[in-house]
Amino acid sequence: MVTYDAVWQALGEIEDPELPIAITDLGLVRSVEIEEGMVRVRLVPTFVGCPALDVIRERVHRRLLGVPTVHAVDVQYTFDDPWTIDRMTETGRARLTAHGVSVPRVHPAELATCPFCGSTDLLLENPFGPTLCRAVYYCRACRNPVERFKPPGDVLPVAGR
Amino acid sequence: MSNLWATPDAPAVVSDAESRAAVRALLLALADDELIVGHRHSEWTGFAPDIESDVAMSSIAQEEIGHARVLYDQIAALEGTSADRLAFGRGPEAFRNAVLTERPNGDWAFSIVRAWLYDHADAVRLRTVAASPLGPFASLAKTLLREEKYHVVFADAWLERLARGGDDAWGRVQRALDAAWPDALGVFETTPDTEHLVRIGALAAGMDAQRSRWESDVRPRLDALALTVPAGAAAVVGGRQGRHLPDLGMLLMEMTSVWRSDPEARW
Repeated sequence: MVTYDAVWQALGEIEDPELPIAITDLGLVRSVEIEEGMVRVRLVPTFVGCPALDVIRERVHRRLLGVPTVHAVDVQYTFDDPWTIDRMTETGRARLTAHGVSVPRVHPAELATCPFCGSTDLLLENPFGPTLCRAVYYCRACRNPVERFKPPGDVLPVAGR
Repeated sequence: MSNLWATPDAPAVVSDAESRAAVRALLLALADDELIVGHRHSEWTGFAPDIESDVAMSSIAQEEIGHARVLYDQIAALEGTSADRLAFGRGPEAFRNAVLTERPNGDWAFSIVRAWLYDHADAVRLRTVAASPLGPFASLAKTLLREEKYHVVFADAWLERLARGGDDAWGRVQRALDAAWPDALGVFETTPDTEHLVRIGALAAGMDAQRSRWESDVRPRLDALALTVPAGAAAVVGGRQGRHLPDLGMLLMEMTSVWRSDPEARW
């Protein structure tokens, strides 16, 4: 009998290929359904254009097949209800901060905080960084370069909705 | 990626073969635009004016190509082929991108003007799809819009920087605008497929209406930068029907060379 807890624990062991954070802490897992030995996982991408999506799907697939009595795994990405920064857990935030990546609380427009010294005297150097989900700042207080998690822009107003 | 044609909230119109073909054509035009403009942007990697714009242009390229892939995945799901085969296995006549996207990069000013015109046009049509009754495809468009927002911000900033950067820079931007404007009008080329989508109510705005929205968005911004839109320019059309410049053929020769060396290879 496959339990939800066993599947969730296995998912919690899978790291994002680009950052030291579990995919469960990043908030990529939208839903898990279990039917006999069949597990169906729906993931929500941070960025649709992210080149790591296949790697993550493959890791989920392989890891869940290693859970006792699981005999089939179906992993798909979904777009309904897109990923937002509030899907990231406190554990995930703490891990990224320790890694030197600043994480906005709700909105990319809010004041950026330096993960090293806590200052908010940060200068945006480039909204584009080493990956699609990171921007590059410079901390004028401790003079360190800082990366900041960049959530996809807010949903633009859509006519007729 | 989920097969959006088969989800519970798939739009009813796709059960009709003609409508399904029209939605497919819509997705293909979007995808081909993204792939080709993304490839052009990627040609700046290592050559952009400074490290920040180099990283930015490369990121935007990666993202446009990522968007193309998501859209190709949906077409592939309909036809039992693959995104790679759609991207790399077709000749220029099978591509439905607007001519604007295939023009060679020219100087930095041209690439910025092209990116700016394109990203604003892309935002208009994605908003149109996002507001449509196309169910999961509307959701996908909404998601793409969130990411495209950063491209628009980048292009806005660079256009202004160049246009206010003295006579030489302003002159280059104006020449680029003269050259790119007729191509940009062609992004909104009407085809039997787009007319069909409007007729069945799948799109609330036809291509002409979308073009008007785009013009009312970009014209005041150009005015504010003392840039002049060429008067009476006719749209360069044909891209949506597979009529392209020789430049697209050359781009594809280069872009597909590795794939063509062994189409069955697993990467």
